[in-house]
Amino acid sequence: MLILALAALSLDFLVGQGALVSFGHAAHLGIGAYAVVLASMAGIDDLIAQALIAVAAAALFAALTGYVSLRASGVYYIMSTLAFGQMLYFLFVSLSALGGDDGYTLSSRSRLLGEPRLTSDFSFYYLCLAVLALAYLLLVRIASSRFGRVLNAIRQNPLRARALGFRPFRSQLAACVIAGAIAAVAGTLLANQSEFVAPAYMSWQRSGELLVMTILGGVGSLWGAVLGAILYLTLEEALSLLTDQTHVLIGPLLVVVAIFGRRGLAGALAPKDLGSGA
Amino acid sequence: MSPPLLHVEGLAKSFGALAVTDDVSFSVDEGRLVALIGPNGAGKTTLIDQLSGAPRSDAGRIRFGGLDISALDMPARAELGFARSFQIAAVLPEYSALENVALAVQARSGSSFRFFGRAAREERLNAPARAALERVGLLDRAGDPAGELSHGEKRSLEIAIALALRPRLMLLDEPFAGLGAEETRAGVDLIRALKSEYTMLLVEHDMEAVFALADEIGFWSTDA
Repeated sequence: MLILALAALSLDFLVGQGALVSFGHAAHLGIGAYAVVLASMAGIDDLIAQALIAVAAAALFAALTGYVSLRASGVYYIMSTLAFGQMLYFLFVSLSALGGDDGYTLSSRSRLLGEPRLTSDFSFYYLCLAVLALAYLLLVRIASSRFGRVLNAIRQNPLRARALGFRPFRSQLAACVIAGAIAAVAGTLLANQSEFVAPAYMSWQRSGELLVMTILGGVGSLWGAVLGAILYLTLEEALSLLTDQTHVLIGPLLVVVAIFGRRGLAGALAPKDLGSGA
Repeated sequence: MSPPLLHVEGLAKSFGALAVTDDVSFSVDEGRLVALIGPNGAGKTTLIDQLSGAPRSDAGRIRFGGLDISALDMPARAELGFARSFQIAAVLPEYSALENVALAVQARSGSSFRFFGRAAREERLNAPARAALERVGLLDRAGDPAGELSHGEKRSLEIAIALALRPRLMLLDEPFAGLGAEETRAGVDLIRALKSEYTMLLVEHDMEAVFALADEIGFWSTDA
């Protein structure tokens, strides 16, 4: 739950601050997860080292795909992120050395600072919580920085931003890299949690789920995405006791949020949103 | 004699079969306020758009400070010292008036790839922004979201944003459009006060305002 909240948080940064609706964000989650697999195959079993590899790989992927996708805007941008996400998905499905469609089972959780400190679910939980809190503080900080202001200005009025001399492409590309890198960290945690990695982590359905969490929580508030993830996963769990078709019930809820309160749960709880960078 | 700051030659733009601007030529000398007047629909806003860099012109040359800038895009021209006000006020609605202007100060100062310091706490951005707001008489609204300002206040905010860029040339697209008599008078007074410091190109159809302000006036013929 905390791990998907982290991924939703990074997506909210992209959507809420940059108005960049990505339908391929789970790709970075998958990159992070497979980075753990590949690193442990190569004998690197420390979580921090693995996370650094994951961040570097996802940042590169985000930069390359963003470089192409950002040439398009609106629905074409969304389609292009979806296409890149699916490309990566099918690439990993076809890689039989990594288990292909069936996935890959890790022999154990990663070590932290040389010791197997994460074997208990308890300590792993607190690690995830700490990473989530850190990422939240980092993104809030970035949102209110000079860079964040330009990103928000582009979202509010791209023409005005250009007339001031800003180049939207550069700022948006940087935002893609930041969001991709944080999602990759979530991916490394996800791989460790289940000790299993599969291409399904980066399927477009997963990207869609992340968007649902972000929208439920309220776009642009960052902490809303965390709430949205918790709400979504709790609902899914709770409703599954009643019916197999949980999405029949979550769907209408999403429509209600989309129509009545674009700021979602966060907007309902606090009138002042953080995205304005004040 | 030094060459004019802005020299426009044979500028043209068509949308489909409609020639909106056609063979427009004029120049603006440093320190002057040049007004171009013409009826609505004559292509005044299109001309300002072409000068600031979007859309691209179909034909013609623009020289700025002796440099041919015809091929430069909007951000590049902004960096060279173009600042424009928009006829339909284009402020950032979620940001406060102060933040709108502080962003312009930031644009001028460069370094917009700083990811950590809180921009809202930077006095280096806020002090010049407050000064610009004071200049246009909007200081008491500094903390209010720009989207909640009145039409007239938004126009003033546009001017403050332009001032904060410390431009070499201000392009003002009908700064008095939609203003009441009182507000127009205040606006004319403001621009008159700024005239001695900035080179300005004004397009406007309020004749009275134009005659009160302009050093030179160009008329738009609508025989096209």
